[in-house]
Amino acid sequence: MTAYIIRRLIMAVIIIVIVTILVFCAIRLLPGDPLIIFLGQNANIEQMSQERIEQLRHEYGLDRHPVVQYFDWIGGVLRGDLGRSITYRDNVGKIMAERFPVTLHIGLTAFILGNAFGILLGIVAALRRGRWMDTVVTIISYIGISIPVFWLGFLLIYFFGLKLRWLPITGYVSPFVDFWQSTKSIIMPAICEMITGMAVIARQTRSAMLEVSRQDYIRTAWAKGLRERYIVVKHMLKNSLIPVITLLGIGVGMIFGGSVLVETVFAIAGVGRLLVTSVFQQDYIVVQSGVLVISSIVILSNLIVDISYGWLDPRIRYG
Amino acid sequence: MTGGNSTTFSEAPPRVSEWARFWRVFFQRKIVIFGLAVLALLVICAIFAPWLAPHDPYRGEMRDALSQPCAKYPLGTDIQGRDTLSRLIYGARTVLVVGFITVGVAAVAGVVLGITAGYYGGIISMVIMRFMDALMGFPMMLLALLLAAVLGGGIQNVITALSVATIPGYARVIHGLTLSIKENDYILAQRAMGADDRRIMLSHILPNSLPPMIVLITLQLGSIILAEAGLSFLGIGIKPPGAAWGAMVSDGYGYLLTHPVLSFAPGFAIMLVVFAFNLLGDGLRDALDPRLRGLL
Repeated sequence: MTAYIIRRLIMAVIIIVIVTILVFCAIRLLPGDPLIIFLGQNANIEQMSQERIEQLRHEYGLDRHPVVQYFDWIGGVLRGDLGRSITYRDNVGKIMAERFPVTLHIGLTAFILGNAFGILLGIVAALRRGRWMDTVVTIISYIGISIPVFWLGFLLIYFFGLKLRWLPITGYVSPFVDFWQSTKSIIMPAICEMITGMAVIARQTRSAMLEVSRQDYIRTAWAKGLRERYIVVKHMLKNSLIPVITLLGIGVGMIFGGSVLVETVFAIAGVGRLLVTSVFQQDYIVVQSGVLVISSIVILSNLIVDISYGWLDPRIRYG
Repeated sequence: MTGGNSTTFSEAPPRVSEWARFWRVFFQRKIVIFGLAVLALLVICAIFAPWLAPHDPYRGEMRDALSQPCAKYPLGTDIQGRDTLSRLIYGARTVLVVGFITVGVAAVAGVVLGITAGYYGGIISMVIMRFMDALMGFPMMLLALLLAAVLGGGIQNVITALSVATIPGYARVIHGLTLSIKENDYILAQRAMGADDRRIMLSHILPNSLPPMIVLITLQLGSIILAEAGLSFLGIGIKPPGAAWGAMVSDGYGYLLTHPVLSFAPGFAIMLVVFAFNLLGDGLRDALDPRLRGLL
């Protein structure tokens, strides 16, 4: 087990290193002078004097070998220095730190509720297979995997924001400022971010439960005269949740991917919105850092899922 | 043919045509027909857009701007007086072009990488698969956003971004399939008969991994269409005045209270098409999965 964890850790580190190389190369593929990474597309580099360009190039270390530049950048990232944003004229680390709690608050709420409801719906559907409850869950999960989240956001805004006026249509309030208002402000964004994950989890739970219910030990449990609740919770659920756990890591990725859209719909100043605006403002340092941070989180979540997998299922051997 | 031979044949289990079983299982759920109908409609809209669209999708009548749904404009018009229905019909082209080109490029690249990694193993597999893992570490929207930032908007760049983002999915699946298929005795037999690596990969491993690939491709089409819609919603993708459903949803934001149909109609179209691809994918999976043979 320890050897497996160590090997898996090394693997995760390798993957993160490849991610950093990809991000580094992607940003440097920009057409034109690499100076625009630091100065932005609107800097009118063509009109600068040759000396000024050379001076700036030296300032940002662009006159050095790309490999040296890469290690410079990584060294900075490891020290917590993500570079400076050209639009915010501030440290990217600081900008991200301001926005991260917002994304995390909504994302974590969506993650917990989405998985809880997803598992619950999956169980109900499997236990009532072929009945109307099963049909309802199947419809919900088909809608969940097919609906564009930004459009769901618009529907919610229209009905609960504009028509019924129950919920605020834009913005985010910190729970430390006003807890009630904060909760109201994240209801619709959280629903949008959780819907896809919930649907996927419900489908997986349902099919895993059905798979388990055909096993011999479940028949034995029924034959022993155990109560339904006991069989469902102790025998079926425990065994069918293992494949569901694999999806949790993917769920983290889906939430972050979704935050890009959802924070745009509800005009919430989180990391997702920051990335979108930075793409349009050609603030490449912010895009580069944001993508790097989020990918690292996704990779680490998958690592945790992989490790907990073996801990939950003793049948899995780490060969 | 002697009588003795026919008795041995009759003792064999009854032959059931694979195709017959496929059709039976595939159409067992009637809703699959609905999915096929939606996709047929989509293809018809895309091909015959100029004849089907009642109005010009790009140039509207300014005096008819923001008209409510009526006989002339069944789904109303936007701020520029452009007919929503016509733009929806033309938007079907964007959906199909982006969806199919992306899937084609990504599936071919993913299959080549996955088969190579699975067949040769060792350091080649290590390099390719870790690279794929790294790509998988990016949520699809983020990778697309990063590439869009670098390459700029435009439909080709959206296709590039989404292809790159979906390659690892194919590579992983086919890698796993190759690993199990290449252990079969018929592969060994082929090798004994002197078949080279390329022949084994193309004529044996590839056809045997097609059924799961077809299912994956169908389901991927749904998520690619969602991602394309998301990108065009954010303003990355087909340039105006081109019609993309995601962008139409976004354009309707300012008129949500007075003209909700401007956002609701294109969003519903996206959902319907993605739903159809998901139905089709699930139907194909049930019909093609050999483990379900006899059960369904």
